[in-house]
Parts: sequence; C-alpha cells; structure tokens
Amino acid sequence: MTTNISLHKGARRHDHPLWFLIPALVVLVVFFVVPTLFNFVYAFTDWSSFKSAIGFAGIDNFVSLFSNGTLLNSLKVTLVYAVLVAVFQNAFGLALALLLERDTRINRAVRVAFFIPVVMSALAVGYIFQALLKPDGALNGILSAFFGTEVAIPWLGSTTWTIVVVAIVHAWKWMGLSMLIYLAGLKTISEDVLEAARLDGASRWTMFRSIRFPLLAPAVTFNVATALLGSMNGFDIVQATTEGGPGGTTELLNIFIFRTFGQGLFAQATTMSLVLFLTVTILAFPVIRFLRKREDVL
Amino acid sequence: MTTAATTATRRAPRRLRFQPIAAILIALLTLGVPFWLVIATASKDQAEALDPNLAPPSQWQLFDNFATVFTDGRMLTAFFGSLLVMVPAVVGVLVLGSMAAWILGRRGGRLLAAVYALAISGIVLPPAVVTIVLLLRQLGLAGTALGMIGVYMGMYLSTVVFFVTGFVRTIPPELEEAARVDGAGPVRVFARVILPLLRPVLATATILICLYIWNDVFYALFVIGGRIDTLPLNLYQVASAGLYLQNWHLIFAYIILMSLPLLITFVVAQRRIISGITSGAVK
Repeated sequence: MTTNISLHKGARRHDHPLWFLIPALVVLVVFFVVPTLFNFVYAFTDWSSFKSAIGFAGIDNFVSLFSNGTLLNSLKVTLVYAVLVAVFQNAFGLALALLLERDTRINRAVRVAFFIPVVMSALAVGYIFQALLKPDGALNGILSAFFGTEVAIPWLGSTTWTIVVVAIVHAWKWMGLSMLIYLAGLKTISEDVLEAARLDGASRWTMFRSIRFPLLAPAVTFNVATALLGSMNGFDIVQATTEGGPGGTTELLNIFIFRTFGQGLFAQATTMSLVLFLTVTILAFPVIRFLRKREDVL
Repeated sequence: MTTAATTATRRAPRRLRFQPIAAILIALLTLGVPFWLVIATASKDQAEALDPNLAPPSQWQLFDNFATVFTDGRMLTAFFGSLLVMVPAVVGVLVLGSMAAWILGRRGGRLLAAVYALAISGIVLPPAVVTIVLLLRQLGLAGTALGMIGVYMGMYLSTVVFFVTGFVRTIPPELEEAARVDGAGPVRVFARVILPLLRPVLATATILICLYIWNDVFYALFVIGGRIDTLPLNLYQVASAGLYLQNWHLIFAYIILMSLPLLITFVVAQRRIISGITSGAVK
C-alpha cells in the first residue's frame, strides 16, 4: 500500500474481492461437483436399497449392464433419439421461420401460437400426444375420415417407428424456440446482400442455399447444440407417451435410470448416470467445436 | 426497403397472397388439433372422454371438471409446492450468480479462467441425479424443499454465470469508479451500481430458469417425489395412478389449469420474453 503500483493492484483486488465468488462456488461444489465425483465412486459399488452397507464391487455393474444388453440398447436409443430430435426440430423450426418471416400481423400471431408448446410442461405435452396417437385416438380418426377407410395405426406400439414418432413429438414441443432463433438469425442478414443477389437474377432457392442458409450458421450452431443436449437429457415426453416401450425401443438413459432407481438398484442407476455423463462430455465438445468451425469458414 | 418490397411483390405476388393462408392452415393442423383435443376432452364427462376424440362435447362442463381436479387433485398444495421450490431457487441463483459473474467479468488470470470454466460447465454437463440423492441423505436434506432448491441452484447457476459475465464486460468500469470515489465499498457498488444495470439480462435468465423449474418433473421425482407436491409431480401421479386411469377429461383439465400461470405470464410479457431469449443466442 505504500508505493503507487501496489496501491493500484491492492485497490483492484479490493474493488472486486474474491469472496464474492464463494457463495456461488459453495453451492456449485456441494450440489453439482461432489455428486458428479460420487458418480465415479458409486458406479463401482453394490449400493442398493436391499442392504445397508455399501461395498466395493469393481466393474461388476458395467459387466452386467453390458452383457445383458441394456447399456448398449439405452445408449443407442439415446443417441438415435438425440439425432432425430435435432434433425426434426431444426427442420420444423427453419421451415416455420421461413414461412413466417415477414412482419405481418397474422405472422406475428402465428409465431406466438407456436411458442405456446415451449412454455408448456413436457410431461403435459406427452400426455396430450398419448391421447392423440392411441390406436383409436384422434389422429387415426382424422386419417380414417380423410381416406374414407378405417385407419388404426399403432403409432406408439411399433418397435421400429415409435422412436421416430416420439422424437417428432419432442421436436413439436421445442420447434417454436428454434423458429424464434432462426427468425432472429434471418433478421441479421443484411438486406443489401440479398438485393445484390436478386439483381444478379438469383432464384429464391439459390438465394436460400448459397446466401441465407450459410449466414444462419450461428443460429444453426445454437439450435443443433441445444436440441442434441436437451434430448440426450430427455425424460418427460418419452415417459408420458411410451414409458420406454414397446420392448425397450424408446428406453432413454434417463428412463432406465429412473426405473432402476425406483427398483432400488441404486448402483446400476449410478452406473448409467455415469455413462450419460461421459457420453455427453465426449460428444458435446467435438460437436460444438465442429459447428463453430463451420461458422469460421464464412 | 421500399425497392425491396416492390421487387418482391412484382416477382412473387402469388406467394405473398397464399402465405397467410398457408401460415394459418399449418398452425391449425399442427397446433389447433392437439389444443382442441385438450379443450374438448377437458369439457366432457367421463363416459364421453373415455376415448379422447375431436368431437365437441355434447354438454360443456369444463368448469365442473376444473372444480373436480382442483379439490380432488390437491392442486392448490401442488401450486404452492411449486412456488416453494421455484422462488427461492431463482432468487438464489440470480444473486449468487451475479455476484460471482461480476468478479469473473472484471478480473482476469488463470485461476479465475479455471473457475469460470468450472462454473459454466453445468450448461452442457448433465447433473448426477442418483448420487445427488445420496448426498442429500448424508446432509439430512433428502426430501426437503431446501435440498430441492440446492439441486436446482447447482444446475442453473452456470446459466446465470454465463449470461451475466458476458453482460458485465459490456458495462463501462467508469460507472463503478464514480461510486467508488464517493467512498462506496464493493458491496455497495455491487448492490447500487451493478445489480440495477443487470436488470435486462437477469430478466432473461429469470424467464428461462422459471420455465425449466416450473415444468421439471425428472429431478423432482428423485429429490422430493412423494414428500412435497409440485404441479408436474402431481400431474405425474394423477396420470399414472389408477385413480384417473380412464379419466382423460380430468387429466386434460389438470393440464389446462397447470399451464395457465406460465401461459398468462407469457402472453403478458411476450415481447420481452422473445427478445430476451433470442438476443443471447445469435451472435
């Protein structure tokens, strides 16, 4: 504090004291970091509701989950679901943004309407679509009336296609958000560029493909990354529509974790939680880096 | 602007004429059908609602069904349970997150860069939902509102730190200096100068986090399931318990009632919410 320099440095430290970080760090460490570290410990134990002591079990949990196929199945289902949701959510969101791009009164009202599902509870959305997609439900009713014959497609009962249907429901809930992000992205494209292309005689499709879509890269990054992460953590919509069925073909990691936890097999649930953590960690950073790189090319 | 508009009308008059029709048609098909299903079914009696379909109810009894779920479904308790965990969690993350973000935005160095990376990692990484329960048991917080609030704070602090740190860097430091010259300490500078300036970014963060917590059922099932009722937890029980198994009219009446608070907030603050959410995303 005696010389000028130390006064300056001291003042800086004094002006923005580190103790301001402490409350946030305590909450973060206690409720986020420590449980995550616990994941790496308890996945290797026999922790369950059936006995009071917790003993070391080595890699038994991994071996049993791997050998009975549930680990690979849940992992595959989760990844397929995440990719499907990312594709549908972005396709729907972009299509809506292009459709509702002009600032007319009708468009503004329709945009607000498409944001309603985003605000609703995902669980509620799941129950609505369960009713809509039943074999004798409303969708088959509409199709029957339209085609003039009895249609009874079991939308939620197919071991192959139900995961696609559920991913579309997930995309339906969140497409309003993607639409808004794409609309904001479209607004940032300068009118001069588009006008120049128009004067060069570019068709609407050419303009979209070679000018507008590449300039939407930041919006694509955000939308793809959030859709992938959101659906890998998915639970509500799948639980409310199929509960993981038929035959485990829509059993996301989180559905498995919830089910085994309910059965008291805590160590197995922890093991799957660790698998989810590692999968997201391994995938998230390369995906984000890849999408960012695409932005840099421009 | 005007030249662009005239060329557009000259080039594609047909497209412009059909666009409103297409927009309304698509909205009716993709939104109208599910929403009508909810409203129509929620207005029927049990026999008519057994197979939810798009036929209008022969007799509207929406408000009778509201009354039934309100009294039988313990809705009021669940509503206050939702508020009990959401309000403290949101206020907590906003205050703690802003405090940390102010320091992280103003000071550099390798240590703080590491702290920042740790603090925002939660945006991407999923919380360890099973071992959180174990930890809460060890802390004596299992099944308590305090435990749930802590879990939500741990999950959403990263969102606040991320948004606010970026915003703090855009605030000119001179504004703080002025207050400091008048003899204000850091607490005073933070509370009187920084916090008021953060209002727009905190509004965005509040909306996002409220949306997540109000609708969360997954983490609530693990932490407070069976102990404290929240609206989504209650909906889950109502829908999966045999009680309402064939009672689609009550499930949908419940869904309408539980969606109303957020829907009303959204309609009232629509402009703000939309601009808040999109501002952060596209840069």
